[in-house]
Amino acid sequence: MLAQFLQFLFSGVTVGATYALAALGFTLIYNASNVINFAQGEFIMLGGMLAVYFTQAGLPLPVALLLAILIPAIVGIIVEKLAIEPVKGAETVTLIIITIGASLVIRGLIQVWLGKNTFSLPAFSGDEPIQILGATLLPQSLWVLGVTALVVIALWYFFNRTLQGKAMLATSYNRVAAELVGINTSWVLFMSFAMSAALGALGGILVTPITLTSYDVGIMLGLKGFVAAVVGGLGNGLGAVLGGLLVGILEAMGAGYISSSYKDAIPFVLILLILFFMPRGLFGGKSTDRV
Amino acid sequence: MKKNAYFGLYIVMAILAVLPFIVPNSFYLDLVIRMAINAVIVLGLNLLIGFAGQISLGHAGFLGIGAYASAVLPTHFGWHPLLAMAAGAVVTGLLAGLVARPIFKLKGHYLAMATLGLGIILNIAIRNEAQWTGGPDGMPVPTMGLFGFELASDKQWYWVVALLLSVSVWASLNLIDSPFGRALRALHGSEVASQVVGVDVVRYKVAIFVMSAVFASLMGSVTAHYVGFVTPNLADFFHSIELVTMVVIGGMASVYGSLVGAVLLTALPQALATFEGWETVAFGSILMLCMIFMPKGLVPTLAAKFGKGD
Repeated sequence: MLAQFLQFLFSGVTVGATYALAALGFTLIYNASNVINFAQGEFIMLGGMLAVYFTQAGLPLPVALLLAILIPAIVGIIVEKLAIEPVKGAETVTLIIITIGASLVIRGLIQVWLGKNTFSLPAFSGDEPIQILGATLLPQSLWVLGVTALVVIALWYFFNRTLQGKAMLATSYNRVAAELVGINTSWVLFMSFAMSAALGALGGILVTPITLTSYDVGIMLGLKGFVAAVVGGLGNGLGAVLGGLLVGILEAMGAGYISSSYKDAIPFVLILLILFFMPRGLFGGKSTDRV
Repeated sequence: MKKNAYFGLYIVMAILAVLPFIVPNSFYLDLVIRMAINAVIVLGLNLLIGFAGQISLGHAGFLGIGAYASAVLPTHFGWHPLLAMAAGAVVTGLLAGLVARPIFKLKGHYLAMATLGLGIILNIAIRNEAQWTGGPDGMPVPTMGLFGFELASDKQWYWVVALLLSVSVWASLNLIDSPFGRALRALHGSEVASQVVGVDVVRYKVAIFVMSAVFASLMGSVTAHYVGFVTPNLADFFHSIELVTMVVIGGMASVYGSLVGAVLLTALPQALATFEGWETVAFGSILMLCMIFMPKGLVPTLAAKFGKGD
């Protein structure tokens, strides 16, 4: 009983940490530009696929992983420079289609380059499971959780203790006011895309040894990251992390106790219920409209 | 209503009347039929997105309800196809209405999220309930009979679909110029301002959402009977995106833009098939380029360039 519950909890928290990183990516870009970046899932895919490619090419693991984070960050910057900045202030639906276009291009290029196979990555520190109260925990799960926790702390420090972070926060509160006090808001937009892509890629790399990867895993992961961001109240960083964990845990519980074939539907049922009963998300503040 | 408001409709009807005699073979006739079916769906979706300013990322789900109602009810329960089609439309209308009321109190991205979620849940349900729907492989659909007369050949289907399209264009043009249409445009401009002048914003948004969903469901049924086979791809997220893209590329809030968008994006995959493996890249690039250089869509951009109203 307890062992089974713990087992579902472990797998839920592990996947949830990936959703949390993706949700943080959505939040960063949303705050900087009001854009929902539907290409976020592709950065997760890129991270995993590039990590596989570089390790198979014989690079030492740390170098391979670093490249697998850097390249998606550069891709994120390219998307921002070429596709988002030129259409500043366009209608929401136009921006949504541009980011979907970007996601198709990224997915298509990887499909042409690396093919349609499913790949896996060796776990960072072995596959020997750890026994806890009858449930097993993979060492890789600890990597996922540990690194995610570190990232959250680093982001907290960045946004609360550094000038650059505060400039990004200020831009999300009020863009015009931020520009008035001399904040370079296009730099903020640039940074938010680079950071979002890197966060997504990191999540993708960490979880690949457990869940495997292929060119098309980005869609579902990205959409679930979006769900997590909305669950946490769109634009709220801490909410995004908690939202990600909650979505992951509920998905694992639902798959375990209710129906594994409806596993992918669970986050979306959750989000509909939340939107019906708590329209600002679980952790979103009250907001008023400007006329 | 402007004097020449129907001018475009007459052109559309003239083209539709001539087309079957000039298409070279049945491959192109099939393509034209699918374009026309998509055009009707996109007309409905454009009323929601372009005129009322609301986004739906789950419209393929509604299409799926219609298509699967027409497949499942006649096959497993022996219903008459027309009755099944109506049942699909009613279920879609009820579901859309039920979901819409709470959602339309929200705005922008929340609405996108909710419709996206609904679409994905419907698609997963279709994939999983294999005993009814055939699962991921899909299922065949019985032919449509009308008053003892079987709709079988592509030529017959063409005239049915052409009629549906003409009626839809006519209805859209009238709707836009009705008090209902003006209320929709008003709430797109400013919800607060339209509330001040007495527009019941939520009621209008729910009404147009339900209407466009029912449109999609009916055309889903038509697609199912025409193709003779349904698969869950009809109801997946990517198809929802394709439909939204047709609206936006053709031109938001433009009736004729909807037609152009539907025609172009239905033809595009055929045109890209020659790129072998690069289709996805090409499709994505075209989406991005169109939106970056013509964010208002083709028809409004061209209309502005040549100094004509839409």
